[in-house]
Amino acid sequence: MKDKSIPLFLERRSYRQRRLMDAARLLPLLGALLWMVPLLWPRTQTVQSADAAAVSTSSAILYMFAVWIFLALAALFLSVMLDTKAEAQDSRDD
Amino acid sequence: MATLNILIAVCLGYVAMLFAVAFMAERAALRGRGNWLRSPWIYTLSLSIYCTAWTFYGAVGYAARSGLEFLTIYLGPTLIMVGWWWALRKMVRIGRTQRITSVADLISSRYGKSGVLAVCVTLLAVVGITPYISLQLQSVTLSFSSFAVSDAEGAELIATYDTALWVAVGLALFTILFGTRNLDANERHHGVVMAIAVEAVVKLFALIAVGVFVVWGLAGGVGPMMERIDASQIGQWQVDGGRWVGLTLLSAAAFLTLPRMFQVLVVENEDEGHLRTAAWAFPTYLMLMSLFVVPIAVIGLELMPPGSNPDQFVLTVPLSQGRDGLAMLSFLGGFSSATSMVIVAAIALATMVSNHIVMPIFLRLTQGGASGPSDVRHVVILARRMSIGVVLALGYLYYKVSGGGTALAAIGLVSFAGLAQLLPAMIGGIFWRGATRNGALAGLLVGFAIWAWSLLLPQFGGGALSPGVMEQGPWGIAWLRPEAMFGIEGVDPLLHAALWSLSLNALVFVVVSLISFPSPLERLQGAQFVNIFEHSSNPQSWSGGIAQSEDLMIMAQRILGPAEAQSFFQTEAARQGLAGYLPEPTPDFLARLERELSGAVGGATAHAMVAQIMGAATVSVEDLLAVADETAQMMEYSSQLEAKSSELTRTARQLRAANEKLTQLSVQKDAFLSQISHELRTPMTSIRAFSEILRDADGLQSKDLTRYASIIHAEAIRLTRLLDDLLDLSVLENGQVSLNIREGLLSDVISHSIAATGTDMHALRVRRVGPASEVMLNTDLDRLAQVFINLIANAQKYCDADRPELTIEVNRRGGRIIVDFIDNGSGIPPESQSMVFEKFYRVADRQAGGAGLGLAICREIMARLGGTLGYLPGQGGGAFRVSLPAAQRMAAR
Amino acid sequence: MSKRVLIIEDEPNIIEAISFILSRDGWHVDSHSNGHDAVSVVRARAPDLVILDVMLPGRSGYEILTDLRAQPETRDLPVLMLTARGQARDRELAERAGASRFMTKPFSNADVIEALNALVAR
Repeated sequence: MKDKSIPLFLERRSYRQRRLMDAARLLPLLGALLWMVPLLWPRTQTVQSADAAAVSTSSAILYMFAVWIFLALAALFLSVMLDTKAEAQDSRDD
Repeated sequence: MATLNILIAVCLGYVAMLFAVAFMAERAALRGRGNWLRSPWIYTLSLSIYCTAWTFYGAVGYAARSGLEFLTIYLGPTLIMVGWWWALRKMVRIGRTQRITSVADLISSRYGKSGVLAVCVTLLAVVGITPYISLQLQSVTLSFSSFAVSDAEGAELIATYDTALWVAVGLALFTILFGTRNLDANERHHGVVMAIAVEAVVKLFALIAVGVFVVWGLAGGVGPMMERIDASQIGQWQVDGGRWVGLTLLSAAAFLTLPRMFQVLVVENEDEGHLRTAAWAFPTYLMLMSLFVVPIAVIGLELMPPGSNPDQFVLTVPLSQGRDGLAMLSFLGGFSSATSMVIVAAIALATMVSNHIVMPIFLRLTQGGASGPSDVRHVVILARRMSIGVVLALGYLYYKVSGGGTALAAIGLVSFAGLAQLLPAMIGGIFWRGATRNGALAGLLVGFAIWAWSLLLPQFGGGALSPGVMEQGPWGIAWLRPEAMFGIEGVDPLLHAALWSLSLNALVFVVVSLISFPSPLERLQGAQFVNIFEHSSNPQSWSGGIAQSEDLMIMAQRILGPAEAQSFFQTEAARQGLAGYLPEPTPDFLARLERELSGAVGGATAHAMVAQIMGAATVSVEDLLAVADETAQMMEYSSQLEAKSSELTRTARQLRAANEKLTQLSVQKDAFLSQISHELRTPMTSIRAFSEILRDADGLQSKDLTRYASIIHAEAIRLTRLLDDLLDLSVLENGQVSLNIREGLLSDVISHSIAATGTDMHALRVRRVGPASEVMLNTDLDRLAQVFINLIANAQKYCDADRPELTIEVNRRGGRIIVDFIDNGSGIPPESQSMVFEKFYRVADRQAGGAGLGLAICREIMARLGGTLGYLPGQGGGAFRVSLPAAQRMAAR
Repeated sequence: MSKRVLIIEDEPNIIEAISFILSRDGWHVDSHSNGHDAVSVVRARAPDLVILDVMLPGRSGYEILTDLRAQPETRDLPVLMLTARGQARDRELAERAGASRFMTKPFSNADVIEALNALVAR
């Protein structure tokens, strides 16, 4: 079993690369989803009762920029992890 | 206060610094020491031209008016960058491998290098971008006047001198200097990129500086700042959902389609790897750019008097606090934003205008002229420079005409929506092979028309569209009202226009693409673009010389066929004084090859194929070969079809002929049977009649008895002969005859035949002439004699001359021995000449006796002996020619 | 007074045979051996009966008969047709052309005499 570990490792590596590509493709979709969350927030114009207050701009800013920073970090992670050579296989595999 | 003077001085100094930076960068690049120019950081910073003066000044104003909605302008680009693996990576790869020079070039190249499409995209870009450029001029002018408010002298200065004009002229100068210094094949401008990178740093630094001052200097920290934000008029979430989604999508689309963005993203890209860095660094840049927008807006709203322009808060807030230095920095930030955008936009537009409008016209006009390549280079640079001037002049004119009244952000969004019309053709082009030129063109025109009608024209206010048209629609057609098309009212005008124009654009694009059929070049390009990663993992240029010739030859063989291509290449090599099959790829040779190929695949395709092998690393040879194979297959298939149809025609003809022959044979068979019946019954009649007479009649005289008996006898012999002939013919015709091949002299055979016919007892005189009768034959002598006897007997029977004479003439002609039998009678009439060899045919009446099978039998015999028997017209009498192969003879004696 | 019969036939032996039989039976026999002028010969000699061969040099018996039937003086002339081609089609052609009687060669002498007598008795 041990002498088969190298091909196994390579297989695993290219598998990992492919999943990273999947992640790179999904990241913008995730970002769009997160940034569309504010659509669910109550707006000043739509708030009628006093108890359901509209979301304050400060918390909105915090949310928006948190997502932003998360996306930038995730993109940084992916661009470091993604192997350049893997691109060639990209369109053929998976 | 001399603030304005200082401002102008700082401004000029800043511009001089930019000139110096650009100049140094160019020099460094020329000397090959520009590695640091090619860093991913420079690339990322150059992308910051997305943040124009609209961002720098307008975002704060936008936030002051509508809260966080301004963020949408950055969300779209962030998502596109983060999702670089989808679209940007592909676009950059295509741009690099296909040597794309502009967004118009990308779309036109994808759709078969369509000139019409390129012109359309160029015009759309010019119309869409011109207001944007004027917006930048306006923002610089406004920022000048913001400083001037506190300076009476300065206000006068501003009024006297047209700031916008000077800015426009200055920018034109800079752009021409660094944007058209040289004609780089890749359209890269190191100086310009370096300068805008510096400007990117300046504007980010300026905005953050103002932000830091506002948050920590005026608000007293993050906590208090947040409280003040919530307490302000924009303290609560108030964004319309539709606009939130719509603007995000619009900004994402514009990020891809704006000509200046395409310029820095794709054209100026040095290395695909830079995208990896930009993918996270540029979103960070955008995040930082918008980080302090809301605080500045909130503090501005608090501090500044009501009615002051929120677009200028970035400047007026520091000024109002007496922070002239900070204000100066902020001004430089805004100035940087405006200038970098204008410079790149002008370069991008000028490239498009000169490449797709000016040059085609110039080349067409000078088609006959002998303008060398250096001439063309000169013209291109001139066209580029003039285009830059024209673009900036248009921007200035628009600024003047529109009066600069509209809020900055509004113009920006109109421009975004216009350029976004390129999105379906662009994205469809790189992801969908089925997209066609007609589809792209139709979609673009529809989208552009709706955008212009429902968004651009209403911007001009009452000037362009009367209130009547806005209220009731053109000619009273309500569903064409610019801001309520198809009867949908109450939607935000921008959203309304973007929704209709983009969705109908995409719909028309897809539908027309589905129903139209692309040209071969279009299909080739489509495959190239969509499958870019499969053929171009390593963009490279061709090694020149013989290698190219070989590729050309391989391609030519597929199209012309190996034999023709090889002989063509050999001739061309010989023309160049080379042995073998591979000539140098000289222009002469290429032109001839192209002509040769265009015969097979059409001119445009041939040109594209040769150009692509010779020109650049745009297409892999495999693809060209695939197209060549496809073409060859199509040609082969069609020629097969042709062959098949001609074969069918031939078969039909043969069938018809066979049918006719069968019908004829059937008629002949009936006639033959009928003939045989007649020929048998006639003698039989005589025999029966006389035998009955002999039986029944008593008292016949012995003379009569003898006579009737001899008639019966003669008719019986006639019957026997007929049966013999029939059997003979049947054997000959079935090929069952056994030949008795012997050697003998031709003259002996003739003599024997003459003797056998007993001519000495007849009046017929036989004359023998000809030198070759002493010929040795190796054939069936008896059968040959049978033929001769028949011919001589015929002459005896039918020659109607007073003194009948038969000439037998022997000749040798070629490899054959010719024996002619010519009598001096009246011969056979022409209409019967072809009939005499038919069975039972008799020229004269049957008095001559015989069943009419003689010549038919003779002809069959000659065929068996490898010879022929024919009638010889024009000899002054009946003439038959017997021809024998001399191959069967032995050597002549 | 003996009846006159005209034989139109190209085989001399057959003419001789028929002549002999009919003469013995009391007929006045005449003959002609060419198709070309057969019609005019018939009109000139005006026989009581004609024996007509089908295959004649120059013209076929059918054509001659058709011509005869087209003319008033020979329309009802009894004609016995002789043919050596004994196919059904030949009989049909003869009847259409207007033959009074049709016989296939070779024939029996008695039959010929009987046929002729029957024809003139009509």
